[in-house]
Amino acid sequence: MQQYRLEVEGMCKSFPGVKALDHVSLRVKPGSVHALIGENGAGKSTLMKCLFGLYHPEEGTVKIDGEPVTITDSKAALHHGLSMIHQELNPVPYRNVMDNIWVGRFPKKGLVVDEKEMERKTTKLLQDLEFDIPCKTLAKNLSVSQLQAIEIAKSISYDAKIIIMDEPTSSLTGAETDHLFKLIRKLKAEGRSVIYISHKLEEIFEIADEITVMRDGQYVGSYAVGDITIDQLIALMVGRDMDERFPPNEHVVQEENILSVEHYTSSNPRSFRDISFGLRKGEILGIGGLVGAQRTELVEAIFGLRPIREGKLTMLGKPIRNRSAREAISHGFALLTEERRATGIVPMLSVKDNALVAAYKKFVNNKLGVLNPRRLVQPVDQVCKQLDVRMANMNVQIKNLSGGNQQKVLVGRWLLAGCNILILDEPTRGVDVGAKYEIYKIMRQLVREGNSIIMVSSEMPELLGMSDRVMVMCEGRLSGILEGEKANQVEVMRLATAFSAKEEAVGG
Amino acid sequence: MNAMKLKRPGSADWKKLLMDNVLILVLLMMIVVIIVIEPAFFQWRVMKDILTQSAVKLICALGLMFPLLLGGTDLAGGRQVGLAAVIVASLSQTATYVNRFYPNLPNLPIIVPILITLLVVSVIGLCNGLMISKLKMAPFIATYGMSTIVYGINCLYFAQEPNRSQPIGGIREELTCLSSTQFLGVSLLVWIALAIALVVWFVLNRTTFGKHIYIVGGNQETAKVSGVNVPLIIIACFIIESCLVGMGGILEVARTGGANSGYGVSYEFDAISACVVGGVSLSGGVGKVSGALIGVIVFTIISYGLTFIGLNPNWQLIIKGLIIIAAVALDMRKNA
Repeated sequence: MQQYRLEVEGMCKSFPGVKALDHVSLRVKPGSVHALIGENGAGKSTLMKCLFGLYHPEEGTVKIDGEPVTITDSKAALHHGLSMIHQELNPVPYRNVMDNIWVGRFPKKGLVVDEKEMERKTTKLLQDLEFDIPCKTLAKNLSVSQLQAIEIAKSISYDAKIIIMDEPTSSLTGAETDHLFKLIRKLKAEGRSVIYISHKLEEIFEIADEITVMRDGQYVGSYAVGDITIDQLIALMVGRDMDERFPPNEHVVQEENILSVEHYTSSNPRSFRDISFGLRKGEILGIGGLVGAQRTELVEAIFGLRPIREGKLTMLGKPIRNRSAREAISHGFALLTEERRATGIVPMLSVKDNALVAAYKKFVNNKLGVLNPRRLVQPVDQVCKQLDVRMANMNVQIKNLSGGNQQKVLVGRWLLAGCNILILDEPTRGVDVGAKYEIYKIMRQLVREGNSIIMVSSEMPELLGMSDRVMVMCEGRLSGILEGEKANQVEVMRLATAFSAKEEAVGG
Repeated sequence: MNAMKLKRPGSADWKKLLMDNVLILVLLMMIVVIIVIEPAFFQWRVMKDILTQSAVKLICALGLMFPLLLGGTDLAGGRQVGLAAVIVASLSQTATYVNRFYPNLPNLPIIVPILITLLVVSVIGLCNGLMISKLKMAPFIATYGMSTIVYGINCLYFAQEPNRSQPIGGIREELTCLSSTQFLGVSLLVWIALAIALVVWFVLNRTTFGKHIYIVGGNQETAKVSGVNVPLIIIACFIIESCLVGMGGILEVARTGGANSGYGVSYEFDAISACVVGGVSLSGGVGKVSGALIGVIVFTIISYGLTFIGLNPNWQLIIKGLIIIAAVALDMRKNA
């Protein structure tokens, strides 16, 4: 028996102008969970893509069970017993669950696909994993967490020796995460190795045996879980000490309601209904709940992106209506969407153009909409400095920035547009620890300056650490608003499952 | 990528630079080959011809750039050139010409036929825009449908008594002078095309409307969430495009001194090809006016040059096709 299942030595990979991996090594033992952590841009995903044959490293060796291997493409990787759960889910929307799992290796009877066999194998696979998803559902009808489950099932179906999981829990609820961990332990018991990439350090301490830390494309070190603390890890990741995870809350929330939402009910009968709450000036109002609680739907409706059947908005005592994003923006609303890639950034445009998307109108004082390019530079520059966006200059394409910096640019977009009610939907999803802290600092700064924030968050520490009040939703209904001391993990979870018949349901 | 180190400029940057301009380099090499084979190609008269021939194509390419920047296309572009040509020609014949389309039409001020023509094509652009923005139809098939409709309308109009599908001639001096007048040794057509290019550049780079076009093309969802009036942008782009190709049709009449219903056929493909060769992405959100300009000129030089050295026209078709395919392949590598 080899000591290591997987050994990576001296791996280097460059992109134009960037050294993404600089002599990185990684050693994974058989039957263990090896966590790989580091800030966004540290090179974790690049390393995994090199391992999986999606990128071709310039230097470095890979050994599996002591045997040197060359992985030219993902097919070779799968052949060598490596499978990967990708961070970005790419389902084929109009194909069913079976097709999505077996694509590329459909069971065949002669020349035709053996649908029966495929169904049998899919059902067995999903049953073994205890996922309750019918195998003929179209992928477009699945929730994000169900898609995640399908992706996990797919990677396990390759019967791989090494399974790479890139942020597998980013869209799972607590119960689903527990279920995933049960699965991982099962895989471990079967002698398989799991490489686990996550930003959630609590999770890593729960599931991992060993941890490798990367920073700036370089290998920092590997540690056994028992030998290191969360604070030490964070310090290793960011390369500096971090004494606290949330910036201090110094501001005082004013009593006055800047916005009140009354009886908001979606046009979609399966979505949210009868939601009423008030937002105070200078407040961070957290919205908690499980996946499927319709939080995103609610905030998008408030922002005018989704139709409502009933409901009233009152802003500083005056009734207003947000029937489109444009109307909402004109009332000073801003929305930072949950899906940064799909609805946030315009990848091929520059940071400057991305920052100005919602603000061009503001910088024009003539009827024709003629812009003075010189007048645009200074405000963008100022906002980027204020938010500490790290980039070569504002003319680089935004797709070249790390997730945290992209998010800062998007916050900047709304500051440039002059909005004072910011709706942040999962503001730190896919953002690394260091940048998270900065985004928190920005949020504090914004409310200190008199803005108000509605924050939808699925991360309990963030929800409790940042919110002045926590509003909890369950199955489209408002189950309670918690203030001060009452806002704790137990209460939030109780309210989040208040109306839920099947709390333990997985994959739903 | 703040966390990554900047590498000193080296081989990778060189490769990227080469990659971004490889097509232009290949085409320049072809031009060199043409000049080597036939040195007479390199003379002012030939260059002047090439510029004049490029003018209308440039206007069409600038037009098509609008839907392309949105990630769409307009397959009715060429047929709109044809319709515009026939309409403007039918309304601007000299009073003394024998076979008049409208025998009793007085001599209108020349701006009137031009405005009527642009108005008609604007309606077509409006329809295209509505189909794509409001009915969410795929641009390529919606505009293909529109192209056959436009051609049908054009043929019906062209077949009217007393014209009965005869080519329209006897175009008035006021219109043909747009082509025959020379300014600084070059046809007025070229100056008009350059002026339009300048205006398009200004609109795309210096107005909120232009910025919004790039954003809608780059990520429509972001545009919507950011309060951009997406349907309005799409409709406006198609109307502008129709006006530009309509202008192309009008100038085509000025250049040739006549019109028939077959004018402009497949001009949209030439325009799209030129744009793509010039780096306009078919996926939307990427493209410059200078790119369209280079694309058009390069295509004219190649086709003119290959004729000049006496290459079989069928071979020219094959070479043109290869260039287009190479351009699309590069676009996919860069922007997909």
